[in-house]
Amino acid sequence: MAKLTNWRVMAFVAGLGMAGAAGADPALVFDLGGKFDKSFNEAAYSGAQRWVSETGGSYREIEMQSEAQREQALRRLAETGSNPIVMTGFAFGNVLNEVAPDYPDTKFVIIDMVVEQPNVRSVVFQEHEGSYLVGMLAAMASRSGTVGFIGGMDIPLIRKFACGYVQGARAVNPDAVIIQNMTGTTPAAWNDPVKGSELARAQIAQGADVIYAAAGGTGVGVLQTAADEGILSIGVDSNQNHLHPGKVLTSMLKRVDNAVYNALSQGKAVESGFFVMGLANGGVGYALDEHNEALITADMQATVDEATDSIAGGALVVHDYMSDNACPVE
Amino acid sequence: MDASTIIEILNSSVRLATPLLLACLAGLYSERAGIFDIGLEGKMLTAAFFSAAVAVASGSAWLGLLAGVVSALALSGLHGVASITFRGNQLISGVALNFLAAGMTVLVAQSWFGQGGRTPSLQAGARFTPVDLPFARALADTPVVGPVYSGFVSGHTLLVYIAVLAVPLTWWVLYRTRLGLRLRAVGENPGAVDTAGVSVIRLRYMAVAICGVLCGIAGSHMATALQAGFVKDMTAGRGFIALAALIFAKWRPWQALGACLLFGFLEAVAVRYQNLSLGGITIPVQLMDALPYILTVIILAGFVGKAIPPAAGGIPYSKEA
Repeated sequence: MAKLTNWRVMAFVAGLGMAGAAGADPALVFDLGGKFDKSFNEAAYSGAQRWVSETGGSYREIEMQSEAQREQALRRLAETGSNPIVMTGFAFGNVLNEVAPDYPDTKFVIIDMVVEQPNVRSVVFQEHEGSYLVGMLAAMASRSGTVGFIGGMDIPLIRKFACGYVQGARAVNPDAVIIQNMTGTTPAAWNDPVKGSELARAQIAQGADVIYAAAGGTGVGVLQTAADEGILSIGVDSNQNHLHPGKVLTSMLKRVDNAVYNALSQGKAVESGFFVMGLANGGVGYALDEHNEALITADMQATVDEATDSIAGGALVVHDYMSDNACPVE
Repeated sequence: MDASTIIEILNSSVRLATPLLLACLAGLYSERAGIFDIGLEGKMLTAAFFSAAVAVASGSAWLGLLAGVVSALALSGLHGVASITFRGNQLISGVALNFLAAGMTVLVAQSWFGQGGRTPSLQAGARFTPVDLPFARALADTPVVGPVYSGFVSGHTLLVYIAVLAVPLTWWVLYRTRLGLRLRAVGENPGAVDTAGVSVIRLRYMAVAICGVLCGIAGSHMATALQAGFVKDMTAGRGFIALAALIFAKWRPWQALGACLLFGFLEAVAVRYQNLSLGGITIPVQLMDALPYILTVIILAGFVGKAIPPAAGGIPYSKEA
């Protein structure tokens, strides 16, 4: 019995340690990739930091270490009064669907997934629109007319990137050849830069001179090999132009930071429902900075800006792979 | 398919096979001496991180290699202490090392470089670059010999040649030296070795140390030659494929070379042709990725000869028992 009590005290203390003092601060939950993944989760972190520096507010954060912690973390944050609770990643979907009805007064924000509960805001990104723009840039920068795409794990989300990219490349060069590769079918595909390098070499041997990597850590290998072999690459999610200045054509930006910033700014009053972050509201885009300004000519920029306007205005619709699990172009 | 495509696929096979081969030979020394090692993956990962980190800090690929080898040796030492001195379960020790490596590399990388568990990219001097063998340039235009010698044999990084040379060396050590005879004996019947007045403990530590050195080279090769830096979990299961290759090769060095080249070739083909069509039948890339494991299972199941592991493998040795 003494043992049991001890264990309870420890659990209680651990709970306090994790949640901190009770209060109505918002909370941010990072997914397994970790806060500093140079990509998705880090973008969420920088959005939260921007909110902190502008408002002087404070928030609680938890990094997931295992699948089993998700429900526990959400419940503990909700019970100690955090509001709203923001979480990054589609993997929270099922858990949130269970947890949200138990805390009707708490607002939840989930990024990259749709959860239909009255107190949940679901934020999804139009990655295909951003990919369309970098596809246009790739086709315009390519001298050989052949461009490449290297995806991470073969899941519908990554096919959505690929499909948008192909549509964009075809829009400026109907004869463009697009070589597509997926790294693998297991989560290891997100962290295999050696295979990313080999895929890039194989695509270069087949004539590709611009390669778009939507592959997490695997993309680091793709960008490296592209720089070594003297061709251009395109980064993803965060701005990766600085990794190889002058060798990375651009990066497809997914503004997770804006989504987090908006949620934290609205605080408890955050509206629930389904939110789409696309070109129209600054949710996706392409990166232009001092590292790649020499690569993007005024012509290219004008063409892409025109496409941006027509997509944002609704005149041009980029097909979303996940709407019907099919891509109209190969 | 023209000659340049074939050369390109062969080069890709060699690049992909090299880490497998080094890890496979590492496992061969350890397992031939009776110490199972499923911690190859963890040692490679640790070596990959420390080689990249030290290469970044010092700007020297050689210091990086040294750091990689030393870090893998340290893990080998842990494995040795747990499984030789304290006679713990070798599989559990190996699994623990893998977890330790996966967590520690990211943790140290984050506190050292603050870049999300990876190292900055290595600059030119801090990487192993391809070396041109003598006469490679001069022979490049000769028919047949040119493409094969200049295109395929020459132009790899130094560690690739070390890996290939390690194969005959391993064969010679195992089958032509007294040390090799004792190593093999200690994996088959340690009692007999002990009776002959040779220290089982010392021999097993030696085997585990050689294993660490080879894993260290394998990890350094991945981080400082194939890549320019460390990314979390970058070994991506190659330590386990190397174990599969070791079983496939039935714990013999030349066959290990063959198995690793075959597995490398399969991966190279899978990388190049997402869906390989052979006379009307389309082979999906997933099957190509799974082939190394399928082949290993077939070998293990005894369909193609028998794979018999060293008799004393996995059994801690104690004089009293």
